[in-house]
Order: sequence, then C-alpha cells, then structure tokens
Amino acid sequence: MDKILIANRGEIALRIVKTCKKLGISTVAIYSEADREASFVKEADESFLIGPPPVQQSYLQADELIRLALQSGAQAIHPGYGFLSENAGFARKVREAGLIFIGPDEDTIERMGDKIESRKTMSAAGVPVVPGTDDGVASLDEALDKADEIGYPVMLKASSGGGGIGMVLCQDEQALSQQFQTVKNRAKAYFGDDVVFLEKYIENARHIEVQIFGDNQGNIVHLFERNCSVQRRNQKVIEESPSPSLSADAREKLFSSALEAAKAVHYKNAGTVEFIVGEDDNFYFLEMNTRLQVEHPITEEVTGLDLVEWQIEVAKGNPLPIADQNAIRTAGHAIEYRIYAEDPNTFMPSPGSLQKLDWGNTDQVRIDAGYREGDQVTPFYDPMIAKVIIHAEDREQAIEHSNLFFAQVGLEGLKTNLPLLSEFIESKEFKQGNYHTKVLSEWLKQHKGELAK
Amino acid sequence: MTEVKAAMAGTVFTVNVSVGDQVETGQVIVVLESMKMEIPVETESAGKVTSINVQAGDFVNEEDVLATVEE
Repeated sequence: MDKILIANRGEIALRIVKTCKKLGISTVAIYSEADREASFVKEADESFLIGPPPVQQSYLQADELIRLALQSGAQAIHPGYGFLSENAGFARKVREAGLIFIGPDEDTIERMGDKIESRKTMSAAGVPVVPGTDDGVASLDEALDKADEIGYPVMLKASSGGGGIGMVLCQDEQALSQQFQTVKNRAKAYFGDDVVFLEKYIENARHIEVQIFGDNQGNIVHLFERNCSVQRRNQKVIEESPSPSLSADAREKLFSSALEAAKAVHYKNAGTVEFIVGEDDNFYFLEMNTRLQVEHPITEEVTGLDLVEWQIEVAKGNPLPIADQNAIRTAGHAIEYRIYAEDPNTFMPSPGSLQKLDWGNTDQVRIDAGYREGDQVTPFYDPMIAKVIIHAEDREQAIEHSNLFFAQVGLEGLKTNLPLLSEFIESKEFKQGNYHTKVLSEWLKQHKGELAK
Repeated sequence: MTEVKAAMAGTVFTVNVSVGDQVETGQVIVVLESMKMEIPVETESAGKVTSINVQAGDFVNEEDVLATVEE
C-alpha cells in the first residue's frame, strides 16, 4: 500500500496525512468548493475537486470517490469519521472495486449500525444492554405499553440513528405521546428508516467508551477507556482518559465486556464500544462505533500509540503492532477539548471568518485543527474548529496546563465555546471528576440562568 | 405583513406549512440545517401564510426571506 485516498476533510484528513507521511505513503485528498483553500488539500500529495459545498454533492459522492481512487492509483480509502465512514454500502463498493477500505468488514458495519440488531448481538454475547424493547415499536399504543413495562423515564431512539440525532428523552406518557411520531419522521428523513425503539433512561449516568482493535489473524485488544460525559445536545465537548471516576473493579469488567463485544462480531480494525455507566458502576452497552473516533487522540496520548498507523497495518493484512494485551500500557492523563464555532450559551452554530487564530505556546499541547487564521468556517459542515489535547502526568496537572492554554489562546471573528470551556473546567463539578452526562447543562442552568434555556 | 427570515445560513431541512395555512405566533415555519444542527425558524406574528420562497434542500443565506405571513 503506497497511496491512500482520504474520503474526508478538515482535521481528520490532516491527521491521516500526517501518519501517511511518516509511513512514506502518498495521499490523495478530495475537496468541495468550500474547502478549496483548506490545509488538508495543500498537505496531501494530490487533490481533486469533487463538487459544490453541500455534502450530498461532494463528500458523500461514493461512486465518484471510488473512481478518483482508481484513477489516481490509490490502493485504499480511509473514510475518517462521519460522512461515509459507517456506510456499509460504501465499504462494500470500495472492496468490490478492488480497493481496501480502511475499517472493519461491511457486515460488521451493517450489524452495528442498526441499534436494535447490535443490542441483540451484544445481549447474546453476554454483554449487559440497557433494559428496553427487543424490537422496533410500530405504534404509539405499543410504545406506551412497553414504556409502562420498562418504567419512565425512557429514551425513544431511531434504530438507524447516531450522533445524538433521532433520540429523545421522555419523562412520562404525555412526552412519549407527543414525541413518538416526530422521532419516527425525523428518523425517516435523516436515516431513511423510521424504526424506533425504547430504552430505559439511566439517571446520572456517565458515558464511558473503550477503544478496541482487531486484526485479520483473530487478535483483539482494548486500548483502555475514555470518559466522554461532558456533552451538550448529546454531543461530546470534553473527553478524558483515564476516566476519573471508575473503580478498578468496574474498569476491568468494562474492558472484558468490550473485548467480548468485539469478539462477538470478529471485529477488525479500529472500533469503540460505548457504555453508559450508572452511579453504582453498573454498566450497559450503548453502541459500537465502527470507525476511528473524534476523540482518538487522548488514547494516543496515554498509550503512546498511533492509531491511524495501526489502522493501516491491519488494513494491509498485518497483525496488530502489539497483540499482547499486557504489553499495552498507559501513562499520565489526557484531556481533549472540542473547540466549536457556536454561541457558548445557546450552542447555536456561529459560522464566519477566523479573523484571528493564535493558539499561544503549544509546547505541551497537541492541536488537531483543520483551520488556519483567515479561513472561513462555513455552515455546510460540523462546527468543530479544532481539537485541543493536553497530556500531563496526572489529572490535576492536565487541568493546570489547560488553564494556561485557555489563558493564551486568541480567536476572533466568530463565536466559539472557548469561554465556556475555560470557565467550566474551573467548576467544582468538573474538578471533582465524578460527573455525569447532564453536568454541563445543569452547570449552565445554575451559572448562566436564562441563557442556558 | 411579516417576513420570516433565516437567522443563519443553512440548508432547508423541512417546510412545515403551506400557502393559505393559518399560523400562530412562535410556530415553526421552516427547519434549517446548519453545521449539522436543526435550526427551527419561527414566525413572529400570527396570520395567514401568503408565500413560501423555499423548498427542502435549498441553501439559504442569513436574512433570506423564507416565507411571508399576512396578519
């Protein structure tokens, strides 16, 4: 494998280019008209304009991407995250075109992309799943009956959903009655499939996920956990590794379950098993993401491994670079902050021009950014400007270094969540570490009052 | 006459009303998708929808008039 087409944009495309350069592999970027001047286009060895800014006309043009990969002589396609990364049809087409898809088998993607199917698979493998319906609920009457059995509050979820879209918390019968058709309609509009199901809502839960890796030789390892409980609108904002609030016993059980989950689907390449963990440290399988995650850098920082390099090695058919679980260690504590172009109080998107972008002294900070000073952050793609990753000897030092970073960073031209992040990490809720997924919204209500509504 | 304008640039996700519909103040007329988020656009006054200038899939800029409502 000496040339890879990167079917993505922004910081993830740059991130993949970086590892490819290290490995002596050429890269092919594809870009929309909105990204003509982007860093990832300039850093790749070759680049092709694929279409106008809307993703349906550019980054989701599966056949065109495959054609360009073949035309440019690439042997493989790396899908990054989002876009076509968890599209089994795309993975299948890539393989049928004689190319390598840098990710798991299409059958695994398909099975894990269906939330109901993945619940069934994990349940059969002995991995604990959240109490809920075994199949989709067809009517409101059925949903109300099942919710009574499960007990309120319940989560109403689209079976094909993801990224926080297509799921609604229902505190009671009235809420479920009001939301049922809306969630079905939204599921149909976004995912082309209106199957919905119910899950018990676990109160005060933490969102903790385990990075897993498998190869074609049957080796499967975990690369420890990430706590992703600081969220807004079900989207992650801050992640850290290790989790500051997990007992040693629960941590070991979580790793065992993640490995069981991966073995159940003969997992190959990079994946993540997401769990929700209750106050009592009991945990439940939430979903398996069949791709590299946005937050993979914190795992890289604590393990010292390059996960994109591992992905490429596995895609080449080689065994995992380290297949012995005991030989994989972690050191220190890493925190990732997602810098979003959005109003820090209302979370509304704020596209615009990055008139000033100065990260300050970044000696001890890893910045994975797709934008530079002067770039436009357009409304066509997600609002993430950069990921800031801080790795230190322990959590206290990581927070201290974070404070230094936030004091130095200068970003002007559009609204960002920087003020929110810098203030929130000083809160006692974040510092004590034992926070759950509602911590940010509750903190905002308490400290920002009306603005948080 | 009230103009229902886009608060930010984005793609029209759904148009929730038809010409001739009676709408209430605060009713969501159009849902935009911007930066992977749903942005509901509400009418600031009640009345009859007299025009709709967009359809699902259209890209709109900030301040574009999406619909008009006659009080």
